Formats: sequence, structure tokens, C-alpha cells
Amino acid sequence: AGDPLITEVQEWASATGEGVDATPYGLPIEYESDVVRRNVEWLTADTISSINFTPIHALDGTITPQGCAFERHHSGAIELKKEDYRLMINGLVDQPLVFTYEDLERFPRENRVYFCECAANTGMEWAGAQLNGAQFTHGMIHNMEYSGISLRSLLEEAGLGAAGDLKDKWVYVEGADASSNGRSIPMEKALDDVLVAFKANGEALRKEHGYPVRLVVPGWEGNMWIKWLRRIEVTDQAIESREETSKYTDTLEDGTSRKWTWVMDAKSVVTSPSPQSPIKHGKGPLVITGLAWSGRGAITGVDVSVDGGKNWMPARLGAPGTDKALTRFYLDYNWQGEEMFLQARAKDSSGYVQPSKSELREVRGLNSIYHNNCIQTWWVKANGEAENVEVS
Amino acid sequence: EKMGLGRTALPEEVAAWDLDVAPDGTGLPVGSGDALVGEEVFAEACAICHGDFAEGVDNWPKLAGGADTLDHDDPLKTVGSYWPYLSTTWDYVNRSMPFGNAQSLTPDEVYAIVAYILYSNDLIEDDFVLSNETFLDVEMPNAGGFILDDRETSEAHFWKAEPCMADCKDTVEITMRAAVLDVTPDEEGAEEAAAPAAAEAAVVAEAAAPAEEAAPVVEEPVAVAAIDADLAKKGEKVFKKCKACHQVGEKAKNKTGPVLNGIINRNIASVDGFKYSKPMKALGEEGKTWTPEEMAAFLTKPKKYLKGTKMSFAGLKKEKDIAAVTEYLKTFQE
Repeated sequence: AGDPLITEVQEWASATGEGVDATPYGLPIEYESDVVRRNVEWLTADTISSINFTPIHALDGTITPQGCAFERHHSGAIELKKEDYRLMINGLVDQPLVFTYEDLERFPRENRVYFCECAANTGMEWAGAQLNGAQFTHGMIHNMEYSGISLRSLLEEAGLGAAGDLKDKWVYVEGADASSNGRSIPMEKALDDVLVAFKANGEALRKEHGYPVRLVVPGWEGNMWIKWLRRIEVTDQAIESREETSKYTDTLEDGTSRKWTWVMDAKSVVTSPSPQSPIKHGKGPLVITGLAWSGRGAITGVDVSVDGGKNWMPARLGAPGTDKALTRFYLDYNWQGEEMFLQARAKDSSGYVQPSKSELREVRGLNSIYHNNCIQTWWVKANGEAENVEVS
Repeated sequence: EKMGLGRTALPEEVAAWDLDVAPDGTGLPVGSGDALVGEEVFAEACAICHGDFAEGVDNWPKLAGGADTLDHDDPLKTVGSYWPYLSTTWDYVNRSMPFGNAQSLTPDEVYAIVAYILYSNDLIEDDFVLSNETFLDVEMPNAGGFILDDRETSEAHFWKAEPCMADCKDTVEITMRAAVLDVTPDEEGAEEAAAPAAAEAAVVAEAAAPAEEAAPVVEEPVAVAAIDADLAKKGEKVFKKCKACHQVGEKAKNKTGPVLNGIINRNIASVDGFKYSKPMKALGEEGKTWTPEEMAAFLTKPKKYLKGTKMSFAGLKKEKDIAAVTEYLKTFQE
């Protein structure tokens, strides 16, 4: 007998669907409702000062939809109207200025795609395989197309003559929320590619990503991407705020800690198959896919191993890698039901090769918390299920 | 070329927002405080999360202890053991604390709290007065414990350009499994992919708005006064000030403060499993209830209403905010 889905007239082929006025702003169809951000309750004292994870295991391509892009707040996601928005530039500038939201919209605009990764992404895996799912091990990342203006244009509007030699100057940035989350950025970076953004993927930023205005600091740790940006101060020293001393510093085995570790190193992960995205179709053609990125430049290649790193195969890039943005990779594979130790290894335009877990631990020990960019292993079993493991 | 956009920031505007304090003390306002005063302020404003002795409650940060643990497994990083500059502590307390009531402390209170944190870490004597003048006299134990990012030299071997492609190692054995540790949140994993319906239900439940939850309450045959939906909606906004410590709704749990479902007209200090302050407990034992009037009196100035309450909230200044939040709370019956 034929497939009744074909041989019988289905309800949707007969009756009518929804009208164009049913959903003025749409959400994904209900059948996709498991593709959501998730948090890990035991990680933090309270969800107000916490983090959740992008469901990267269920996405494809490179652009992260805003609605499921991870959130990290230190005092909760605030609601700040455009009309109430003010941005101040002060410190070592010729003229301290205040801008309204409308003022910002009148500066020349640019569009750029960048990834934003929390420095703590994969941080729970330093001491060993902990969380079973790419969403949890690697989901503190998103990748969006930002529309905004260069930070340089605002700094030049205020005038940098008063700052004198710019080489040793800093820009201190903070948000309007109760945490303020202040960070110091060296002037060189501030004048290079930092954006003051108000749109992401074409639409206004979401509340949880800093509506109406956030900072975009390409290739550098997400904590510096100040949300609800309210003040930019030109200073002659780093402020050494809580977020750049007590947090976001990387403690090494001998107890000393690295600071100012802003750049996110090259990294990749297989998003499918993975623990939350098992193989359900049996033997035969299998699409192995994942994401790669580097804060030092563009992804030039990704290698995939199915035997835990003994042998590597070059993967196919979905599109050529671009600077400081996510790159999608694919390996079209003929799976015969064998167990696999699945790994991906990213290479970037600076010549950097993503290290193994043991290579990283050799230099940094187990207590760094941040900047864990090691190679991840999924143990894919004969039944197609996958588990987060470490291998020798 | 200037665009001529924006306007000049006024000195009083810069003063209002430019609060950061640098390691050399730049930005510190005039003021002072010692650990004895600090102990009182800390008990009132900070202890509910950080503990009476800065030792931390639940998962909230510990502020004291951890000396000489930085080269151990799981080092304890506190103001005393880890933070390199005292300015960081002053700045953070001043701008971002107390959690849920930031920027409510006076400079003298901040100096006193910081002095108490130092005292809890055995870094000053109890007669030391911390002020903008003595600030740089305090030595932070881990001031020399940081190096600048040296990845490009200490990890230069990661720039290997052409990595090994074949026969890169002899054996591959599993050395650790996440399933053994089993700390992944429950709703996750392969089961979920197989049963999307269950996950869907959970998501829907989460998305249910408070207003919808309130609806069946009105229909109940109990003599509950009709709820003013507009007022309750305004109250939902006011409640943001409370959310740092209190939860409402179906999934609510006791946090820093007790669950507030059904709080209006209920006996004071009667939420299961919450550790109330002694004076609050005493009120409950007297048989008092949270009538709207009683709640209004409490919310106007919590610490005046009840000396010794753990609630570190300054109070709601506007009567209409109190009325609104009370109406909002009424929508969460048990």
C-alpha cells in the first residue's frame, strides 16, 4: 500500500491555513519549539546574573537568529526605551558629548558579520568532560550581522587631540544596567574595528542583547561587548574593573593569572551528530557538520577526524571563511554503523591550529576557566547516539 | 571632519555618570569608614547573599578567605586572595551593589563596607579608617599575581600551520565520559530529540503569562475581590525591583527572599522552607497577616517597619507603586 500521506487527501491539502494577519511578528512553527536557549541551573546563584546557551546543535548556516542567541547578564536584561537612551563620551576628549539614539543614526553606517563568544564558553570542560551536548559545551556563542557606526567616528566627533599620544590611551566603556559591566579597551582596538551597533540581522537588537545600542568588539571576548552602552571614557590607564580583574582573567597552574586575554583563539565543534543531535537514519550517507571561528582572522580550513585524532580529513567549508565570523563546515561521510570518536580542528589565517585538550592543559593547567578552545570529542555509538568524552 | 552631532555634556551630567575608580585612586570621592561601622552596613545590605562574615551564601560569591589557594585545584578567588586592586572593590560596591538596589549607598557606607571586607580578609586592623586619603596604604596580597597575555609566546607552538593529517597517534582510549558525571540538565539529550512533544509542553508552560494564570483565580468560588488588571499590569513593572530576590508563579522557588505566591492576606513568615529573620518570625507568631495595609507599611520603608528584617530593600517611594505591586501579587494565589 502506498504512503497514506500521499495516497490520502490530507487536511492541509484541503482546508485553508492561517491568514496574513494571524502573526504580525512570527515565532518559529510549533514543531521547532525544542530549538530554544537553555541554561544550566547549578552554574550560577540566580538566573538574573547568569548565562544561557544557543541551541547550536539544531541550527545550520552561520547566522544565529536573535531569538535563540545566548544571553549573559550580570544584573538582568533591562528595558531601555530609545527615547530614554543617552550615550556620553567624556574623559580625555576635546569636547565631552551626549548623543541621543537619533544622533547615532545620523553617522555613516556599516554592516558587518561577527561572532560573539563568551570567554567562558567550554569553560566547564577544563577539568574533564562534563556536559552532554554541543549547546552546553559550545553554545555561549552567536554570530550576527550588525548594522551600526564605528566607535572611531564617535571618538573623532568628540576629538582626540586632548588625549595626546594615542599609543598608551584606553577607552573605558560601560552599560546602563545596574552591573554597568565596565571594561577597558586599548585605543588601538577602539580605533580599529569596534562598532556601536543598533541592529542585528536587520532588526533592532533584542532586549537581552542590549537594546537599543550595544558595543561590538570583533574577535574579542563577549564580556567586552557592552550592552545598553551608555558611556565611553577616554583614559590614560586601564580602569581594572571587576570584569577585568576578578573575572575574565585566566589562572595558570602556578597560581599566577593572565590578564588582558581579550582575543578568542581559533576553535571549532561538530554540531551534528552530537549528543543532542544523534544519528537516526541508520547506515549510509551522513552529513557531519559544525562551526569554526577565530578572533585572530578568518578560518582557512577545518579538519575532521572520526577516529579520535589519529587521522584527519579536510572538511568542506559552506562558504569561504571571513574575518572574526562563524564558518560552517561539512564532511559528507558514508557511515557504516561503526563507532566514531568525532573531532574537528580549526585553522586560521594567522597560522594558528586549534590545540587538543592535553596541549592546552600542558600550558595552562586546569584552573583557567576562560578561553578553553580545545578540540572536542563526541563518541558516536553504533546506535547513532553520541556522548561527550575525552580520549587519550 | 566633524559631523556636528550630539551636544556638550554638562559637568553635572559627567559627574553623575563618571563614577569609575582607577587603581591609583583616580575618581575616589571624599569619605571614610571603618570595619566596625562596615560590619553593621554589611549585615544590613550585603549579608543576605554574601553571609555575615563575607563567606558567601549558596552560590553567591565568597568575599573572604582563600589565601594561598591559587595554585591548588579549584582555587578560592576572593577580594583577599585574588583581587589585585582595592579600587576594583570600591568601584563595584559603589556602582553595582547591593544586587537589586544598586547605587543606593553613600560614599561613607561604601568605604565602611570595603573596610569590613578587608577586615574579613585579615588585611586591616579594626581601628583602620579607610578613606580617600588612606586608600593606597592598603596592600592587596595578589597585586603581583598577574601577567599580561603571553599566548603568542608561551603558546607559539600552536601556530603550526600544517598539522599532522595521518597516523598522528597510536592509540585512542576513552579517559573520561560526561555521562558518568551526569550534570547535564534533565530535559536534555537524545530522549528529547525523540520526544519533542514533551519539550514543547514545557516551553509552553514557561511562556504562560501571569495574566493568564490569574484568570482561573477570579472564577473560583472563593470570595476573592476582583483584580484590577490594569493596576496589576503596572505592578508587574514595579515587581522588577523585587525580582532579584523574590519569585512568583507556578515554578517559583524560595531564593534570597521567600516565594510570594498567595502572600496577600496570608500569615506573616509562613512560607515553607524559608529562613526568616527573628523579628519577622515573631510578627508571624503574633498572628499578624500581610493585609494590603500591612504590606504597604512594610514596603514603604522595610527597615523602619521591622528593625532586623533581612530584606535589604530601601522601599517604594510612591504609594501608587505599592498599590500596583500589591495588586500584581494578588494575581498569584496558591
